[in-house]
Amino acid sequence: MNFDLVLEFWRLLMSGVLNTIKLSIIVILTSTLLGFIVGVLFTSKNKILKAILLFYVELLRGAPLLMLLYMGYFGLSYLGYDIGIWTAVIIVYTLYGGAYIAEIIRSGIESIPKGQWEASRCIGLKNIDIFRYVIIPQTLKISLPPLVGFYLGLIKDTSIAAIIGFSELVREGKTIMNITAKPFETYIIVAIMYFIICFPLSKYVSYMEKRGALQ
Amino acid sequence: MIQIKNIYKSFGKVDVLKDVSLDINKGEVVAIIGPSGSGKSTLLRCINHLEIPEKGEVYIDGNLITNKESQIREIRKNLGMVFQQFNLFPHMDVFDNITLGPKRVYKLSDEEIDDLVDDLLKKVGLVDKKHAFPNQLSGGQQQRIAIARALAMKPQYMLFDEPTSALDPELIGEVLEVIRQLAKDGMTMVIVTHEMNFARETANRVIVMADGRIIEQERPDILFTNPKEERTRSFLRTIIEKN
Repeated sequence: MNFDLVLEFWRLLMSGVLNTIKLSIIVILTSTLLGFIVGVLFTSKNKILKAILLFYVELLRGAPLLMLLYMGYFGLSYLGYDIGIWTAVIIVYTLYGGAYIAEIIRSGIESIPKGQWEASRCIGLKNIDIFRYVIIPQTLKISLPPLVGFYLGLIKDTSIAAIIGFSELVREGKTIMNITAKPFETYIIVAIMYFIICFPLSKYVSYMEKRGALQ
Repeated sequence: MIQIKNIYKSFGKVDVLKDVSLDINKGEVVAIIGPSGSGKSTLLRCINHLEIPEKGEVYIDGNLITNKESQIREIRKNLGMVFQQFNLFPHMDVFDNITLGPKRVYKLSDEEIDDLVDDLLKKVGLVDKKHAFPNQLSGGQQQRIAIARALAMKPQYMLFDEPTSALDPELIGEVLEVIRQLAKDGMTMVIVTHEMNFARETANRVIVMADGRIIEQERPDILFTNPKEERTRSFLRTIIEKN
């Protein structure tokens, strides 16, 4: 075991950690925004709109992330759209995450009792106010644990972007391994880095679930 | 005045309302009674278009309710509704529950809001619960707050959908007392209820429903002592036996 040799490349490791965190934060924000909009629009009575949204959600949830990454990066550049790896990765993860988050939000909204809608309508609230003051706050409370659970998965799934050449933690780990020829030590350190990023979030989920169980 | 003209409503294959017509005058307190499944709640919910009748019309103060969202909203401000399950907003305290409507719809100032809340909480006897959350209140207290929330919109009419059916027996009295006081203040009310004594004391008119139709309507002193219809008699008998 020789961790010192691996740790000599700490700059490389840090740049990988930074890119993993940067990508994670960006796609958590963008996919949450997209997922929220789609999830709320799911409550619309417009059947055509609903069919389009359902098609999007089912398509993205049914496709392997790796294939989406290949399509978004190599496929688009083959067609002549050279959008750069950052843009490609962000778009793919946003569409992918948005589909799952839309489902989480939709089921959260559907679990709000009908009486909440009726009571809001009976005091003359507009739809937008009903969402803003009555439905969304209650949905958030219900959806937060599954949402954070999904974020955890999404952070770990950013490692798949290494395959198309995105320089995040796993890819930098591979580079270090190639130089040092210490795969075990390298990946232990990479695993510890993921743990440091994910553990606080995972702790937060179990805290929320405990609090939910007490209520 | 509320005018219901020949309305029909069905859920799937079940016809819940069959050609029901009813006028309710300003200042009247009307109790709707009848066996469960007879269409009482559906009739009440058709008045503010929580259920949309398939046929027939509802007029509020001479205005026909259409399916236009903005018009329904306008009319609902005038029709306070109290539900069997209270339906308070669980994530808001009493103050916010009561003021959400007036703040968003009437854009009242903070001062007007404070006066309004104090006034309403006095009316329902819960001044000390201003900042309590619904899950910290008993069922009876929750229902009184739900009444205050409906009254906050200053409606001309109040609709009550079995307001005491979800309550423990010892909590029913406090809610009925608030409704009685409203009746004394001259509020026009339509109340779907199983509380026969309350209907007898408070209502000006009692409507008996069965199988989606109004089978009898009469002043309570006459209806409860001398019902014309056999179905009314048998319904009242089952209620008395249950108690």
